[in-house]
Amino acid sequence: MDTQTAPLLRLENIWKRFAAAPVLRGVDFDVLPGEVHALAGENGAGKSTLVNIAGGVLSPDSGRIAWNGRPVVLRDPRAARRTGIAFVHQELALVPQLTAGENVFLGRLPARASWVRWDEVYSRAEALLSSLGCEIDPRALVGGLSIAVRQLVEIARALACEARLIVMDEPTAPLSGRETARLMDVIGRLRDRGVSIIYITHRLGEIYDCADRVTVLRDGERVASGTIAEMPEDAVIRHMVGQVPGLPARPERPGTRPTLRVEFPDARFELGRGEIVGLAGLAGSGRTELLEALFGVTPPPGGIFIEGRPAAIRSPRDAIRHGMALVPDDRKAKGLVLSASIRANLALPSARRFLIRKGAESEGARRIAAELRVRADDLERRVAELSGGNQQKIVLGKWLLAEAGIFLFDEPTRGVDVGAKAEMYALIRGLAGRGAVVLFASSELEEVLALADRILVMHRGRIAGELPAAGATGEKIMRLATGQG
Amino acid sequence: MNKHKGAGSSLPHHLLRRFGPLAGLLLLCAVLAVLSDHFLTFDNLVNVFRQSAVNALLALGQLVVIVTAGIDLSVGSILGFCCVLVALLVKSGVPAGLAIPLSLAAGTALGACNGVLLTKLKLPHPFIPTLGMMNVARGLALVISGGFPISELPPGVRFFGAGAVLGIPAPVLVVVLFCVLFHLFLTRTTPGRDIYAIGGNAQAARLSGVPVDGRLNAVYALSGFMSAVAAIVLAGRMNSGFPLAGAGAELDSIAAVIIGGASFFGGVGSVGGALVGALIMGVLRNGLNLLDVSAYWQTVVIGVVIVAAVWVDVLRQRASRRIGE
Repeated sequence: MDTQTAPLLRLENIWKRFAAAPVLRGVDFDVLPGEVHALAGENGAGKSTLVNIAGGVLSPDSGRIAWNGRPVVLRDPRAARRTGIAFVHQELALVPQLTAGENVFLGRLPARASWVRWDEVYSRAEALLSSLGCEIDPRALVGGLSIAVRQLVEIARALACEARLIVMDEPTAPLSGRETARLMDVIGRLRDRGVSIIYITHRLGEIYDCADRVTVLRDGERVASGTIAEMPEDAVIRHMVGQVPGLPARPERPGTRPTLRVEFPDARFELGRGEIVGLAGLAGSGRTELLEALFGVTPPPGGIFIEGRPAAIRSPRDAIRHGMALVPDDRKAKGLVLSASIRANLALPSARRFLIRKGAESEGARRIAAELRVRADDLERRVAELSGGNQQKIVLGKWLLAEAGIFLFDEPTRGVDVGAKAEMYALIRGLAGRGAVVLFASSELEEVLALADRILVMHRGRIAGELPAAGATGEKIMRLATGQG
Repeated sequence: MNKHKGAGSSLPHHLLRRFGPLAGLLLLCAVLAVLSDHFLTFDNLVNVFRQSAVNALLALGQLVVIVTAGIDLSVGSILGFCCVLVALLVKSGVPAGLAIPLSLAAGTALGACNGVLLTKLKLPHPFIPTLGMMNVARGLALVISGGFPISELPPGVRFFGAGAVLGIPAPVLVVVLFCVLFHLFLTRTTPGRDIYAIGGNAQAARLSGVPVDGRLNAVYALSGFMSAVAAIVLAGRMNSGFPLAGAGAELDSIAAVIIGGASFFGGVGSVGGALVGALIMGVLRNGLNLLDVSAYWQTVVIGVVIVAAVWVDVLRQRASRRIGE
């Protein structure tokens, strides 16, 4: 590759903050003409933010953007598209009720005096699609096409706009192995046409199948960048994970007896009392789905045994009756009734009598609020008025009030500040110390390594492996999570 | 709500949310008292209350549905069906003491159908099953009556529309009774609280163990039951069961609930608000009559008031969001 070529797109010293928390700290990034540039990093490293800036979806707080050596302002996605930058979205931005051809030319149908020239629409769409190796009828409705083919339609749309840079954000996440291979072939064809690609993936193997260069982001900073020859896989993983701070190992807990046994086709494991088990894996690896199946939100695909006896769990209500509790990943969508009071939210799972016993509920709510150190002067106030960390404590608190014994946490510290995180860790340890069963899913490796006695790693909806806390490292987890184990 | 005394900046917002509709009603009454000598007489006020009774009863059922973020378009038609049914039963010799419970049961069953269609067939929105039921129940009312009113009902039915106890009209007593019951149900029982939780966040409610489908079935059955209660009151007042009774009443009941401060998005709404909403509509009609405004213009005014009431609510929420930030 000729490194003397002037970059097509150059981002310089890009800063971006969300609610005062810096997500990108002075990142430099460039893409050469006809280059496939992979972007790697853990969840939350800033990859999506960076490409959203490149695509005009977000504007940087500071920094310079140059296109073909000239400074540009990408005010919105339309401006980016006019410049020549197209996005192939994770959630595909196609209209399923329209044909493939109509979608390729969406908003810019070839027309003469307002009359659409349908022959031209379909012949040009067909030519574009077949240049990507996709032989479908451009008159087919997009709604009837597979995800993989829809992606190709979207790439064809980018080509129809004469895009010179295409951003692909985890394009292979929903694809099968064969479809992935075909996409790799399409990427090769695009490169041959001189189209540049920014490629985000969690599957490191793909980087070596299609990319020319790779840049690694960690905590909003560019930590490494180089050609794939200069950056072998273990180097990329090491840069992604960074230095794991030395955390005190938790003492082994011998003799814990299994109290929850799960026998799903893709997930077989046992959890003991007083044990904290971490569930690691990348975004979309199936952690949330596993926890929701355990809790009866979706029908469990196999047996669940509590204290050795099969537990019939068909709904969250059944799960709660068996002493289970779920602290979901999205507390506003799944955890709380924001329009209701703190007391009502805390009492919701445990109130079983017809009449509300307000005195008893208030007393219980006060006890839980004191135990969890919820900062609220009045328990009759709406939960919506609390801070994120305090809201998360209410979600946990309702299960303490319900005296649950098996706790399932899904990203328990997402969107809470550092202090609240530390408090949440202490609470989880406290629960285990009191003999509860704890399974927690997290995409933050440091969190899993710091808290768990044992780590289950998921990859593509399966438990890919199990690691004891002693000897587990971020790299080992990453290998299992990216299918390298 | 003296509990909110410590709530600082959110105090005026809470008061506004709680007492805004009531303030609107009092203001309306004050204006009418100035404009008309007849308005502020005991007889006229009792009259307003009596005329608002049917709408208030329907609004109670509608309130519970709207708190779950639903809607019930069938209340007017179920009212029509039950109105004809109770008249037919008593005319065919069934004693009022049996005909009334049977009609209440029929209304409850039709309402329960709405709930089951929603939760078991997984229809996309309560609009659909209740729109269907609106047509089915109205059609059944016409079928069983042959399209004709059934007049001259026995005193056992007439009492609920035209009777009085100690000078207080029976419809007013029925409204007061059900307002108290509904208020206690919504604020003091766990199923009542579940209903607010479902409307506020159905997913969170389900994950907290609330039997969402069961509660929704009960809510629509309850709304059907209230339609039947309103039907008995209306049949008694008109001394007949007529198949087109309650045509358009579903929209009046929705208007009363919304004017009373409930949110279409669910989770918010109170019995006091719904009652005040029904009274605002009644007072407005009564006042415009006293002022000799034609019935045609009354409809225009009611329409404007509905939109204005919701707009005020939108302003109120925007203001509270600013306070929140």
